[in-house]
Amino acid sequence: MTDRYVYVLALILTITGLSIFAYQWRVIGFPLTADEEAPVWTIEAAVAFDGGPGSIKVNLHVPTLTPGFRVLNENHVSRGYGFSINYGTGGREAQWAIRRAGGDRQTIYYRVSVYEDPGARQVDTTPPFPSVPVINEPFRTAVEVIVADVREHSADTASFTSELLHRMNDRSPDPNIELLLSEVTSDADFVEAATTLLAAARIPARMVRGFPLSGRQRNTQPVAWLEVHDGDTWHYYDPSTGAESLPERFLVWWRGNESLVSVEGGNNVEVDFAVQENYVGAVAIAETQAAQLGSPFPDMSLYSLPIRTQAVYSVLLMIPIGALIMVIMRNIVGIDAFGTFMPVLIALAFRETQLLWGVVLFTVLIALGLSIRFFLERLRLLLVPRLSAVLIVVVLLMMVISLVSDRTDIESGISVALFPMVIIAMTIERMSVMWEERGAADALRAAMGSLVIAVFAYIGMGLAWLEHLIFTFPELLLVFLALVLIAGRYTGYRLLELTRFKAFTGQS
Amino acid sequence: MFKVARELRTRGVLGLNERNAELIMSLNPRRLYPRVDDKVLTKELALAAGMAVPDLYGVIANQGDIRGFAGIVETLESFVVKPAQGSGGDGIVVITGRSKRKRDAFRMASGLLVSTEELEYHLSNIVGGQYSLSGNRDKAIIEYCVQFDPVFADVSYQGVPDVRVIVYRGYPVMAMVRLPTRASDGKANLHQGAVGAGVDMCDGKTLEGVRENQVVDEHPDTGALIQGLSIPDWDTILESSARGYEVTGLGYLGVDMVIDRLRGPLILEMNARPGLSIQIANQTGLKDRLRLVDREFDAGADPAARAAFARRAFPAV
Repeated sequence: MTDRYVYVLALILTITGLSIFAYQWRVIGFPLTADEEAPVWTIEAAVAFDGGPGSIKVNLHVPTLTPGFRVLNENHVSRGYGFSINYGTGGREAQWAIRRAGGDRQTIYYRVSVYEDPGARQVDTTPPFPSVPVINEPFRTAVEVIVADVREHSADTASFTSELLHRMNDRSPDPNIELLLSEVTSDADFVEAATTLLAAARIPARMVRGFPLSGRQRNTQPVAWLEVHDGDTWHYYDPSTGAESLPERFLVWWRGNESLVSVEGGNNVEVDFAVQENYVGAVAIAETQAAQLGSPFPDMSLYSLPIRTQAVYSVLLMIPIGALIMVIMRNIVGIDAFGTFMPVLIALAFRETQLLWGVVLFTVLIALGLSIRFFLERLRLLLVPRLSAVLIVVVLLMMVISLVSDRTDIESGISVALFPMVIIAMTIERMSVMWEERGAADALRAAMGSLVIAVFAYIGMGLAWLEHLIFTFPELLLVFLALVLIAGRYTGYRLLELTRFKAFTGQS
Repeated sequence: MFKVARELRTRGVLGLNERNAELIMSLNPRRLYPRVDDKVLTKELALAAGMAVPDLYGVIANQGDIRGFAGIVETLESFVVKPAQGSGGDGIVVITGRSKRKRDAFRMASGLLVSTEELEYHLSNIVGGQYSLSGNRDKAIIEYCVQFDPVFADVSYQGVPDVRVIVYRGYPVMAMVRLPTRASDGKANLHQGAVGAGVDMCDGKTLEGVRENQVVDEHPDTGALIQGLSIPDWDTILESSARGYEVTGLGYLGVDMVIDRLRGPLILEMNARPGLSIQIANQTGLKDRLRLVDREFDAGADPAARAAFARRAFPAV
């Protein structure tokens, strides 16, 4: 009966722990290992213009929906300007406004940091079928002829778009197309002409502009691309080839035919883009993402704590590992030790002193303390004063070891001060009592047992990947709790009992 | 490794984890522990139930009471000092006589002399809690020193041999005799090298001995044969230990008895966490016997009936 409760409880704990873990890992994207880093691009738009005498209003398109990317953060630098974000037809627009700016050249910076996330498929609205654009002759006839002709040679939206772009890119174009493209001077004009033609065929299409991100770029200008809606989703077309594609790492900055920036009350507007690539720990990205996704565990992340506290917790969270090792060593292997958690605390001290030195110092300390304890025995002190005397002696011994090792340049000796002195004192006391009552063999065996468990606990608690895992996903401690609960109902033999009861097996 | 575990399982050997999880936790409620952990209380309860115990000469509960120690033992030639909450025989000093020249020097079972001062220091340690299970303050008991029956004289090295009976839900299920050796310093404690000998529950005759998990035929110090000794008053021993269930309420109980030359079996102490070495001493696993008791359990049976059941049901293999 109890067993079933324990197993059900353990199961619930495991499932809870693992599902929070899975969420934090797969959805939020906390990294499994400490050194995972992800590239982050910072794109800076510098808007420069000559300020007029009056009030100035600057509208700049900024990224809204960015398929394949997520925004880590965005900010702007503009001295004295009021700032707001508005939603226009082409997406978000940043607006800066000032009553009087002074006549000299003004520069406003907008900066956004993005990172790649293939899962970021942002839902866009389905557009209505566009109405046939009103076009004046002679273009109107040309458009009608082209649309009719292309429609003849295509089956659906996709093939229509490809066919159309093919014709527009033809080296010796059809006269109608030549007429239409006669006023095209830039890529953007070209894409705009394509959207007009598509609109005439009542296919929703729009121009997108953005940047293929790679490394560090200066003075880059947005690239115009074509986006066509096939009734379900938007598709991207390369305006220069007609292929359905998107440049690698293409960050969509804004959509539509509007120009990037408009400045009221200023002239000589120049926009300059710079791209910078850095590598940022995946943890930092995941945190931002957790905040953006409205994760139900925003406070579960220990990374939100001050660094100093984080350091404490990264150690504290390893204690459950030590406890689990303790449980295994005592209840499943069956090693004797002094005190329930003494070995775990000793193992914690080993973290600071390093293993070899830790074992040496611990042994020296216990041996010295024990001999002094035997001397105190002859003074016949009452129990509590005797314990206190041992404690004081332990502190003195630690001090002496630190001083001696400092003089002799053995740096690790100084870290002896990290040993939990009360635990050491109690260990000495218990060991001396056991020594007298049960004999040296038992006392040494228990001391060795403590040391062995401490070493195992040290190894377990020192696994860097485990430390990162637990610190990043503290919910995994629920799984550890479940394991300990199950171990608590382990009624099989302990490993060392197999030798203890070997008299049973020999004779049959 | 798994083969060994499987073999132990088929032989019904009880492991520590299983003892703790299945027997002690479910049958021995924590609140009943003081009845066995505090030997003063155990003594009172046993006396009230009409069981024979060693006479209590005095209790030292505070450091201040130690001054009264000399007064308590003034007229005594032999006595035992032990912590009320000790375990595993730790902290027990057996005084078998006094020095001929100095009356305030006592002779211990080992033959060594110990001064009153040294004894008082020992008492102070006991009261301070050095030997208590919890490490808390304790009381020291001064009680009758058992004049043990000569039946075990040849197979004991100093100290007091005792009989340990495991009582499961009121039924005695297994017993052993614990014989002190020189290695065990006169203590009847198997951990420290005493010899344990299984006992045939039917007739109270000793079986082979076991020491340090090894089967031994003869006592390592005296060389006398261990097997085949008849424990006197076996009926009384079984019945008294069965009665321990009523006294303590513990479903898994170890009853330790000594056999006094004059007074017969006396209850020395009871234990809520009896060890498992008794299985080695008897070359028999406990689990089959426990299962048999579970099957035949009769809530109405009195201690005598339960003792009789044990004699019938658990012959030595």
